[in-house]
Amino acid sequence: MDEKKISVKVCLGTTCFVMGSANLQELIETVPAKYGDKVDVMGVPCLGLCSIDWEFSKAPYVKVDDEVVKEATVEKVLKAIDEKLAQQEK
Amino acid sequence: MAINTPKQTSHLKREILVRLIKSFLSDNFEENTRLIPYDMRPKGHEVPYRCCIYKERAILRDRAVAGLGLSIEKTDDSELLSTLAKKALERKEPEDKPLTVLTTACKGCVPARIYVTDLCQGCVARPCVNTCKFGAISVQNGKSVIDPAKCKNCGMCAQVCPYQAIQKIIVPCENACPVGAIAKGEDGHAKIDFEKCISCGKCVAACPFGAVHEKSQIIDVLKNIKAGKKVIAMVAPAIMGQLPCTPQQLKEAIQELGFADVYEVAQGADVTTKTEAAEFVERLEHGAEFMTTSCCAGYNELVDKHIPEMKPFRSDTKTPMYYTAEIVKKEHPDAVTVFFSPCVAKRREALQNPNVDYVLNYEEVGAWFIALGIQVAECSESKFKTEASAEARNYAVTGGVAKAVQTLLPEEIPAHPVIIDGLNKQSIRDLKKYAKNGMCELGNLIEVMACTGGCLGGNATVNAYKPALKQLTNYVNSSESLKSSEKIEK
Repeated sequence: MDEKKISVKVCLGTTCFVMGSANLQELIETVPAKYGDKVDVMGVPCLGLCSIDWEFSKAPYVKVDDEVVKEATVEKVLKAIDEKLAQQEK
Repeated sequence: MAINTPKQTSHLKREILVRLIKSFLSDNFEENTRLIPYDMRPKGHEVPYRCCIYKERAILRDRAVAGLGLSIEKTDDSELLSTLAKKALERKEPEDKPLTVLTTACKGCVPARIYVTDLCQGCVARPCVNTCKFGAISVQNGKSVIDPAKCKNCGMCAQVCPYQAIQKIIVPCENACPVGAIAKGEDGHAKIDFEKCISCGKCVAACPFGAVHEKSQIIDVLKNIKAGKKVIAMVAPAIMGQLPCTPQQLKEAIQELGFADVYEVAQGADVTTKTEAAEFVERLEHGAEFMTTSCCAGYNELVDKHIPEMKPFRSDTKTPMYYTAEIVKKEHPDAVTVFFSPCVAKRREALQNPNVDYVLNYEEVGAWFIALGIQVAECSESKFKTEASAEARNYAVTGGVAKAVQTLLPEEIPAHPVIIDGLNKQSIRDLKKYAKNGMCELGNLIEVMACTGGCLGGNATVNAYKPALKQLTNYVNSSESLKSSEKIEK
């Protein structure tokens, strides 16, 4: 089976940025170093998740494929990537 | 400690600010403010940090009090947030002391002391016993024991233990404060001594419970904008590395908040550079051994309160904020001026400057964008009326001020810069030594920044240090340098 690359989108919209994705920018450098070409990582404009209701309080958001990571931290994102990779190997 | 480490406490503080701003903009400010702790921790909500939901709400309530710009120390627990919101709305000017401590959030850490852990092997060499100058350590039942009555917390034993079995237990705020202004009071909770405090903001950043808050002036600024006043923003250079947009987009975004215009404080920094370079030449021609910079408010307060002997060596040149505010008030005498700051210290400086009406920090500005749903990266670009030099825009980076001054010096009087990158107990001892000796063997132009990394390392910055530095440097590199024709003549 062809392995599909995992896509990681770090939201750099204003809300996410102020609520903490400023500190997730390091992922853009560290993820390729750690996972090579298995994972695509990029900073993206507002994903639109913060504007729903009062959901700004759950920012910053990161999307790992279709999975939304709320109140994202570097550790949470790496964990989500590892889980996806483990699923692919099955 | 690394600069600007990510913290959950920042998330909480910023969320409170967003909710306060939203509630101000709603049709019922007082009631919606009262509800903030309940909105954040509704019935049945999980309790992420504290013992119970009631304590979480009590702490969130106190965070909101600080957000309203009031002293938690002075408010009574029985006062409703709605009453306090009204009080904030009615005040004519901001309160003087810029910081407030939440006793509810302060854990009352274990007092700072030296502690022998179970890792002690009761060794034969016993360097701890031999090193202790106070005879505080003895070996009992095969383990080192410290006599608290004799121990002076010097930490020498911890340094020499071959097993690293002796630890220094610290109180983070006390440990971070370079001037001993914050300490546990008799009740075990942190208290700030404002006679000693230099407003450097290190305790704000250091407390793992987020128990030290800046008293926000956001309500005052919102009120002035709502009243239709001409409110002008003066943005300190560090802001250009803070948000994911261009400086010109940031200007437009700030105008969308309701500001009439935006001035770069770098414009005032250009005046500081010229004045300070001329002053340096004059001082050295008159035989001075060295001069220190004078643009960091935390450093200025340090000199005033703790190193008065440094006063003759500190430049008399005013800060970039001072000159910028002077320019703005001259051009717009009717304007209300708001300084956008990376740190607490500028709040103190602003209180002493009649040309600066209010101060907002970068966290507050960020929260305001969130509350209004402004996407800075999608804003159109708006040009600054006066463009500042590359050197002035680089003031926010450690070493930047000295570099700017150097650019304008004549060849016959070169500067040998000494960079104090962050105030701590050691750098304060060094400064005291230079002042006492009347000379500094390392150089003749001492640049002092209270924060490590310069203003980009300020306690209220939003962006991580590295990307902030990269973004700001790009802006600096795209700006015009000072002309050699502006050099000071000997």
